[in-house]
Amino acid sequence: MHIDRYERLFIYAAVALLVVFMGALAVSSFAFGIRVPTAYEKVDPRTVATPPSPWGLPAEERLRELSPGNYEVYLLGQMWQFSPNTITVPAGSRVTFYVTSKDVQHGFKIAGTNINIMALPGEVGVLTATFDTPGTYNFYCHEYCGALHHTMYGQIVVEE
Amino acid sequence: MTKRKAQPAATTPAILPPEHFKREDRLTAWFITIAMIALFIGGALGPLQKLEHVGINLYPALAKIGIGSVRIQSYYQGLTAHGVLNALVWTTFFIVGFFTYAIPRSLGRPLKQPRINLLALVLMIVGLVMAAIPILTNLASVLYTFYPPMKASVFFYLGLVLVVVGSWVAGLGYYVTYWQWRKDNPGQKTPFIALAAIITMVMWQIATLGIAIEILVLIIPWVLGWTEGTDPQLARTFFWFTGHPLVYFWLLPAYVSWYAMLPKQAGGKMFSEQLARLVFWLFLVLSIPVGLHHQFVDPGVPAGWKAIHAVITYSLFLPSMATAFTVVASLELGARARGGKGLLGWIRHLPWGNPSYTAQNLAMILFVFGGIGGLTNASYNLNLAIHNTAWVPGHFHLTVGSAATLTFFGIAYWLVPALTNKPLASRRAALAQAWTWFVGMLLMSNGLHILGLNFGVPRRTSLGSAPYLDPAWNPLQIEAAVGGIILGISGLLFFGNMLATALSRKRAEVREEMPVAEPLHPEYQTPAWLDNWRPWIVATILLILIAYGPVLVSMIANINLTSPGVQIR
Repeated sequence: MHIDRYERLFIYAAVALLVVFMGALAVSSFAFGIRVPTAYEKVDPRTVATPPSPWGLPAEERLRELSPGNYEVYLLGQMWQFSPNTITVPAGSRVTFYVTSKDVQHGFKIAGTNINIMALPGEVGVLTATFDTPGTYNFYCHEYCGALHHTMYGQIVVEE
Repeated sequence: MTKRKAQPAATTPAILPPEHFKREDRLTAWFITIAMIALFIGGALGPLQKLEHVGINLYPALAKIGIGSVRIQSYYQGLTAHGVLNALVWTTFFIVGFFTYAIPRSLGRPLKQPRINLLALVLMIVGLVMAAIPILTNLASVLYTFYPPMKASVFFYLGLVLVVVGSWVAGLGYYVTYWQWRKDNPGQKTPFIALAAIITMVMWQIATLGIAIEILVLIIPWVLGWTEGTDPQLARTFFWFTGHPLVYFWLLPAYVSWYAMLPKQAGGKMFSEQLARLVFWLFLVLSIPVGLHHQFVDPGVPAGWKAIHAVITYSLFLPSMATAFTVVASLELGARARGGKGLLGWIRHLPWGNPSYTAQNLAMILFVFGGIGGLTNASYNLNLAIHNTAWVPGHFHLTVGSAATLTFFGIAYWLVPALTNKPLASRRAALAQAWTWFVGMLLMSNGLHILGLNFGVPRRTSLGSAPYLDPAWNPLQIEAAVGGIILGISGLLFFGNMLATALSRKRAEVREEMPVAEPLHPEYQTPAWLDNWRPWIVATILLILIAYGPVLVSMIANINLTSPGVQIR
């Protein structure tokens, strides 16, 4: 099969570019720990919002400090709110989010961060982030979930 | 000779005169007319979304227009119609119409069983009507992704299935024609356009098995109440099994035109015909086992499988880069034949006065940005920065909305005159249409990309009514809205021109024909493996089994039919 010399070089250059990109992804994933969610556990969406499920606790009890500066939060999506919808932590906190939904698909993204995960009924999504800079960060439902989807949001308050 | 060896045809035979293709042309006319009506309605709803985002809410006014319960009542109902009519109906009907025209001409023979293709048309129309009624009566406002457990009218799903099955039947009509051609022309290599188009249809048929299983197994029994719930994660996985190759189903017909028609329109030849064949085979093999790159942030999919799909997605970059080289080189040959000189000076000698050419060249330029953004989306953890943000519609309006749609406009500028035997009503309006689409799309997609990347603005959200709407977004929202309005004007220029052409009483002086570019080097023999289906089909199935087999088997083994769902109105 005949391939023009310049075209061959062009394709080699494209391969080289891809190798560089893949290297960058590997470094960001393993060296900097920027991970995508992976399979965690399944829950029953019909009972996930009732005790003893951790998403069945009152909203204010769903943020727990496990050790100094180390938090976990059980975040429930439902039409059309997050609960809890305000999460307050001190600067420098490491927060692990356990996200699910009790009705339809929702999305969860904290603006300006790498926290981005689908909230699916029946699945638990897990991501961890460290909040170093004080301020208020909005998080939005980014998956269409019905007539008032655009009202579904909340805030992370990172205190000094 | 014991081994079949594909030989080049001595000369490219002239296309048979149009009287041989009357039935094909009638079918094509039906398909592309319906495609254009769908785009007209779906496209008109686009600017309304962008206006809503900047505080101009026209939906209450729109809700007053309508007959009975057939009316658009909300942003999300309009958005559902916009997505389904543009991304699914316009594309599928136009592509099937285009192929019904191009495959028989490329093979130099009419369809073997035109009734099969007529059946395809009927099935697709019935499916379209069946899906359109619940959409227009607000019984299926679930967007074009219809993620369960949002529940729509069962007719919405049945209609979509019929449209897909109709497109399978259309493919069958091409295959029997091609089969007969192979029998009648032993040892001849398949003409490029027919080969590329049929590869596209085969890829589509394998890919759409995902959506067929999703709808028939996971959705319809649940919507009808035969099962108590459905599994949203598994449904998403089947959806994206089809969802990404869908992108290539939109794109490959544009590639057919860029590779094999556009160089002829520019006065050039196909620079690297053999590589073009290899590119299409690679798209067959690589388009499908990549769907998990739409699910990087899904909670129920193991990260290792996401990484495997990311790597396969990256490999799709290579046939696209080869396309970029070959197509540009083919056009450069044309420009130089037309007197172009210098390192870049030849660009001015491209046929910029020809709207069919200009639309497609501008589509390619937009696609460069679409490709770069696509590479970002596919980049595993980089996807966390932009998944489901405004970046994503910014991206796919450059691919399906430009690379495919603007190319289809360019094709329509010769195809509609060819079908009607009438001259294009206005060449100048068509040129203005191509350029306004280009400018409008640059503005809109630039605004959307930055809104998503810098501010995390969610996609397909009624932002004008959102409590978190931020004044800092204003400049970009306005930029996107201005782009949307320019696109709306461009759309009107297109439909006006098509209507004026169809209704005109003028006859063309010379009937338009399908442009077919000749290879630059007809003397190079195409290796037999580039004209042999078996190894490529085997490779396609094997790669799907490797990339999807284990992950799907484990998801099916742990199926979770626990989501009762919510009826959406």
